Amino acid sequence: MPTLLLRKMQKDQTGTITAVKVGGELGRRIRDMGIVPGTRITIMGRAPLYDPVALRIMGGTLTLRNNEADHIEVEIAGPDEEL
Amino acid sequence: MSTITIALAGNPNAGKTTLFNTLTGARQHVGNYPGVTVEKKEGAYTFASGEHASIIDLPGTYSLTAYSVEEVVARDYLVQEKPDVVINITDASNLERNLYLSTQFLELGVPMVIALNMIDVAQDRGISLDAQKLAALLKVPVIPIIARSGKGTAELMEAALDLAKENKLWDPLYISYGEDVDLALQTMAQRITAASFMTESYAPRWLALKYLEGDSQIREKGHAHNPAADTELQEIVDRVAAHLHKTMETYPEAIIADHRYGYIKSVLRQEVITHKFDIDRLYTSDRIDKVLTNRFLGPLIMLGVLLGLYKFTFTFSELPVAWLETFFGWASGNLDALLPEGHLKSMLISGVIDGMGGVLGFVPLIMFMFFGIAILEDSGYLARVAFMMDRVFRIFGLHGSSVMAYIVSGGIAGGCAVPGVMAARTLRSPRERLATLLTVSFMNCGAKLPVLALLTATFFSNNQAQLMFLLTLLAWGVALIAAKFLRLTVLRGDSTPFVMELPPYRFPTFLGLFIHTWERTWQYIKKAGTTILAISILIWAMMTFPGLPATEEENFARQRQEVAALSAQTPEETLQLKEKLAAIDSDQAGSALRHSLAGRIGTSMESVSWLPGFDWRTNIALVGGFAAKEVIVATLGTAYSLGETDPEETASLSETLAKDPHWNPLMAMSLIVFVMFYAPCFVTVVCISRESGSWKWGLFSICFNTAFAFSLATLVYQGGRALGFAG
Repeated sequence: MPTLLLRKMQKDQTGTITAVKVGGELGRRIRDMGIVPGTRITIMGRAPLYDPVALRIMGGTLTLRNNEADHIEVEIAGPDEEL
Repeated sequence: MSTITIALAGNPNAGKTTLFNTLTGARQHVGNYPGVTVEKKEGAYTFASGEHASIIDLPGTYSLTAYSVEEVVARDYLVQEKPDVVINITDASNLERNLYLSTQFLELGVPMVIALNMIDVAQDRGISLDAQKLAALLKVPVIPIIARSGKGTAELMEAALDLAKENKLWDPLYISYGEDVDLALQTMAQRITAASFMTESYAPRWLALKYLEGDSQIREKGHAHNPAADTELQEIVDRVAAHLHKTMETYPEAIIADHRYGYIKSVLRQEVITHKFDIDRLYTSDRIDKVLTNRFLGPLIMLGVLLGLYKFTFTFSELPVAWLETFFGWASGNLDALLPEGHLKSMLISGVIDGMGGVLGFVPLIMFMFFGIAILEDSGYLARVAFMMDRVFRIFGLHGSSVMAYIVSGGIAGGCAVPGVMAARTLRSPRERLATLLTVSFMNCGAKLPVLALLTATFFSNNQAQLMFLLTLLAWGVALIAAKFLRLTVLRGDSTPFVMELPPYRFPTFLGLFIHTWERTWQYIKKAGTTILAISILIWAMMTFPGLPATEEENFARQRQEVAALSAQTPEETLQLKEKLAAIDSDQAGSALRHSLAGRIGTSMESVSWLPGFDWRTNIALVGGFAAKEVIVATLGTAYSLGETDPEETASLSETLAKDPHWNPLMAMSLIVFVMFYAPCFVTVVCISRESGSWKWGLFSICFNTAFAFSLATLVYQGGRALGFAG
């Protein structure tokens, strides 16, 4: 199963977070909001200028800027699960 | 038993404020935490048994590690004030994420009751929760509630009361963070205990955990308390961090967060939570978002909504503003009739009543704007606005939410910077917020419009409409570029992480809307009122004292007598005599103004103001404009000895300016840019100081804006002259 950066994911694509490679304030903030390895996310959509991105996680919706999404690696779910 | 203290804590959007309003109703008091601009809300609650509780609404946070002021405030309150009980309010439809904060309360050990809020929404989403099982696993009471309707809140408060009566010692939960971190925690806790390192405030293991999480506030405190122990602990942290980075390419705080979520998952997995549907299922809220944040429709709808907010604020407040004006007009009319001529009367009318009128005149505006913003905020739409606008505003070092403040301040010409500055409260990122606060006053507010209208009508009558539109664009351009400049200089620093929640759309509650609106309005009246009144009187004094010397007074008196001595035969002659008297009055007012402190300042400023082309009359008007921009027109009228000029009726002033050889289109343009960008009116300055928590920033806005406006106006005037535009 391929691993992608969150930034590269398409709308409605689902996957499981494999790594969050950032420390400091941003890293802590991202983790506080539930973005930790092992969690399933689905891309809900993007803002009109393609940035930030909105994603579904643990039943809620979060938004991230693309440069923040760059630190997050996601393993994409199999093609049968993709919409 | 004496009054117990209950702290309400939870994630933003979990319904904390709704619960607070339901519990305390109107019995609440809003203050500030010392030294920060975070609001501190306290309320009273009476139990069925007649006992009383004081309820503190802590700021909404996702975590207890120092990240923003809100988190520091919430944590400091818990650690230092030690409330009897914490009610941790969680969103039942989003429990896993919400329990992250709960876990941190457990680790802190504070006595806690968990409220599972919006249990109805969770059920609609096919989520069923076993509250008793969750309570047994976490070893704290768990009560399902619906904060909006008040269902379950009585049971919740009883559970809190029972827990408070137990008077338990704080009992921290120990979570295992894996071998490396656990070992480090143990070593550090031993050192902390041995050195009695801040142990009077914090539990040793908790303190060690904060060091490992890289908590900046705790580190600062630790360094101040005992530098040697601090260094020793930091060395252990660095060692673990290096090891983790080498072996697993990760960070201590990442390991800690992972294990906390692991703990939560292990609890929830024990049949606490069951989902009837796929958790990624689209809810109504997501369907609404498909339209409202759509690539093409989204921005259009947003424009409509913001325009609607603007229309709502400025149209609906028109009538109450007019009532207030009538009232203050009536009051000054009465005083005028009652009191004898003199300084007291002048001070009461021009200083006190006009000052009060200035303060209270904004009240309807603020009320309507906050009502509108509260609807957008409570419904969840504001987060979508930030989401859509962020890409544009980030270029200038701002945040998506800044757009609201700009629009209200006059992004659509005719707004007002006072509610605009207050609208910046919705921004959570400190640097972005400050940059917004300091630049919104560049927008063309309603009070600048009469000045711009007068000058454009007099000197650019052929293209007035186009020019006014261009000036609106200029204001946006300058405000955004100035924001960028501030973010590159005095407010330098990385952008605050944007990671933000898009809460599900909800209908705002009326109680919430009214409390929200009233609170903000009252704060404005109370705090701004006193300061503004004082400054208003000061400005009055500057424009009145010192009065004309006795010889000149006599001179005017003699002129009046001469006119009065002429007897009028026909009605036309009577009219002529009256006009002559009025001309003398205006002349005297003009001379008096020039002689006053403000006039002297204006005159002495000519030594620099020749650069942008302003004479002393313009200078005085600009000094007066600091009180309120619409005063510029009135003062200019007095300075040109036309008597008090009504900003709405400027025909005679316009004629005078057009004829005056000193004035030309170039100078008018120079004055236009100066008025647009120089120091904000002092009501705005007071609000900037209040919202930023420091007079320093209020003062900064005066100096920065004036310096900027002066440079730009000079550039226009001198540049224009060099190019031969001085007609």
